[in-house]
Amino acid sequence: MMDKEMLTQIIQQVVAELVQEGQSKAPGGPAPQKEPARTQPPQEEEGCLPDITEIDIREQYLVEHPEHGEAYADLKRNAPCRLGIGKAGTRYKTLPQLEFRAAHSAAQDAVFSDVGDDVIEGQGLFIVKSQCDSKDTYLTRPDLGRKLSREGAQTVRERCKKNPTVQIFVSDGLSSAAVTANIPDLLPSLLQGLQNHRIEVGTPFFVRYGRVGVMDEVSEITGAEVTCVLIGERPGLITAESMSAYIAYRATVGMPEARRTVVSNIHRNGTNPAEAGAHIADVIGLVLEKKASGTDLKL
Amino acid sequence: MILKTKLFGHVYEFKSIREVMAKANEEKSGDKLAGIAAESAEERVAAKVVLANLTLNDLRNSPAVPYEEDEVTRIIQDDVNETIFREFQNMTVAEFREWLLDSNTTSEMIRRASRGITSEIVAGVCKLMSNLDLICGAKKIQVTAHCNTTIGLPGTFSSRLQPNHTTDDPKGILASAMEGFSYGCGDAVLGLNPVDDSVESVARILKMFDEFKNKWEIPTQICVLAHVTTQIAAAEKMGAPLDLVFQSIAGSQMGNEAFGLTGEMLAEGRAAVLSRGTSTGPNVMYFETGQGSELSSEAHNGWDQVTMEARCYGFAKRYQPFLVNTVVGFIGPEYLYDSKQVTRAGLEDHFMGKLTGVPMGCDACYTNHMKTDQNDIENLATLLVAAGCTYLMSIPEGDDCMLMYQCTGYHEIPTLRELFGLRPIPEFDRWLEKMGFSENGKLTSKAGDASVFLSR
Repeated sequence: MMDKEMLTQIIQQVVAELVQEGQSKAPGGPAPQKEPARTQPPQEEEGCLPDITEIDIREQYLVEHPEHGEAYADLKRNAPCRLGIGKAGTRYKTLPQLEFRAAHSAAQDAVFSDVGDDVIEGQGLFIVKSQCDSKDTYLTRPDLGRKLSREGAQTVRERCKKNPTVQIFVSDGLSSAAVTANIPDLLPSLLQGLQNHRIEVGTPFFVRYGRVGVMDEVSEITGAEVTCVLIGERPGLITAESMSAYIAYRATVGMPEARRTVVSNIHRNGTNPAEAGAHIADVIGLVLEKKASGTDLKL
Repeated sequence: MILKTKLFGHVYEFKSIREVMAKANEEKSGDKLAGIAAESAEERVAAKVVLANLTLNDLRNSPAVPYEEDEVTRIIQDDVNETIFREFQNMTVAEFREWLLDSNTTSEMIRRASRGITSEIVAGVCKLMSNLDLICGAKKIQVTAHCNTTIGLPGTFSSRLQPNHTTDDPKGILASAMEGFSYGCGDAVLGLNPVDDSVESVARILKMFDEFKNKWEIPTQICVLAHVTTQIAAAEKMGAPLDLVFQSIAGSQMGNEAFGLTGEMLAEGRAAVLSRGTSTGPNVMYFETGQGSELSSEAHNGWDQVTMEARCYGFAKRYQPFLVNTVVGFIGPEYLYDSKQVTRAGLEDHFMGKLTGVPMGCDACYTNHMKTDQNDIENLATLLVAAGCTYLMSIPEGDDCMLMYQCTGYHEIPTLRELFGLRPIPEFDRWLEKMGFSENGKLTSKAGDASVFLSR
């Protein structure tokens, strides 16, 4: 357990340094901010209660006077679930109830808040909208989230390099938190990875209220050979910051969903964003080589 | 047949029963997405007025998908008892609603009527019911079924134990199953949604469940919720024990095709368990449904999600299921937007299932992109138990780490039982007492201690 954590930390550090070194040469993107270390135990601060979101639910065991407590504490480490939480009458104890509410609050905020303009512009991206005019429309009209607004399409037409080898763009999707948490590391690392492969990249931008399918229109407008969207996934209670990359070779509006290649589970406790960027660059390299994506491409 | 009415002097005229049925629905984002919802609150009521005055015969003659084109329609229409239908055919939907709610109309009378009506009739009367009507209508209808034990007996309320895991890790699954049983959950079924739906993996988990059930002599059913053909293959090729065969179903042939499913596959699945399974039967099928799935696969033929959902139950009934539940909030806000819509849909689905004559449960749940939270789902669970809901789901603190949604937790099941004076299935109740987890229908201090199962 400890070995794996240390290893992850070391890899993270090395990759972060590599990314930072190469970054100054990449177009349009500022240097990534370093992520705060997450592996340290919660700090006890005077005059401040400990952060309940730092509790590891695999380790937490609140059952009073268990018959074979050690054996069960051991067994439950195999499940990332809210087990061994005891009870108050037939109801929940207060602490696990608050932990649950905290996790859900993060998920709700990730969905229902917007990514700040400063975060997007900080990455050197310009902003266009889908045909949704609000978060509510976005959530109830997936069809509108798959199309660019008229002004949005016009902006992409005017500002993006024509017929690039790869067109990258970012979208909030179902988690604004995923964009804020991952993009500062993910985007530079991906651009650097593509540069290492000597793959030409178009002008990156941001789509507000976007669904995955909006990449098909982006592909048609820019004439890119490969289109890749980095988009926030529907949050769970384990993490609200999960992001995926959807990649398609010569995407067209109305093409089958099966033609998309997905790299998922990008977040600090899954595939960390800096590593994921390098991996996505490799996948794009393969897509270009095979001239195919999705089920047409065997990874 | 009159499709026109006035409201506040304004004339509302509808083109078809399909339009009336869609516009008579309570507000749902899915009907709006389909472009078939009422355009104003008044138009909604006008549609209800027109619907109230249609006869059951009118609705029978207007199936959502034509008989010639659709297997689900054929199954529903062919299974109607014509003698019973003739007794009801001239009733208006308004009269049928009042007959169902009448104090002199018993469960037996409704169960008999169920055999003479189609799913469009079930959906039609549902649209005229208020939420409390749906609760009190459903509460009257008793539906029991037998697999290894009998579900749906008066005075009982059951639960599915759902020990889902992000990687199907056997130890993690067992840890969750043990804890669920220690809270009195799992008398309906111990059922896993697998991550890996290969034949080998499904067979491995079924064997593990069977072993655990036998070792601790737990009077219940086991199931792994893979595709019907995978479960049969697990039994035939790997000797996996099958108590129940699971399948997700839809309300039209095209919707079922999106699940890779035909009626024949269900008949084969049922025959496989009856001839080679580990359970007593005769009810050996487990189905899941949910409003909106037909629209999401563009298989709704322009009809509303309540009617398409009712047709799932009509289809399910053919295969004499042991369990049927709607997964009511799983599909997302484009179909059910917020807690109000999920609550309504949960009560509708439960009522329609019972009126169809299937042992109806509910996965009262929500995803994180809906305007709903755990309080709302606790409310819905309470309303459902008041309505006599056969079973609910149970997972650790309502948080499913694998499906990434939230529903009812292990703690909710005993809480609701004690609130409403209900018990688990009798054999299971006795087993809980034997294990020391409950006494006289109340949890003991030992309940919730899953480590009891690690004594040997």
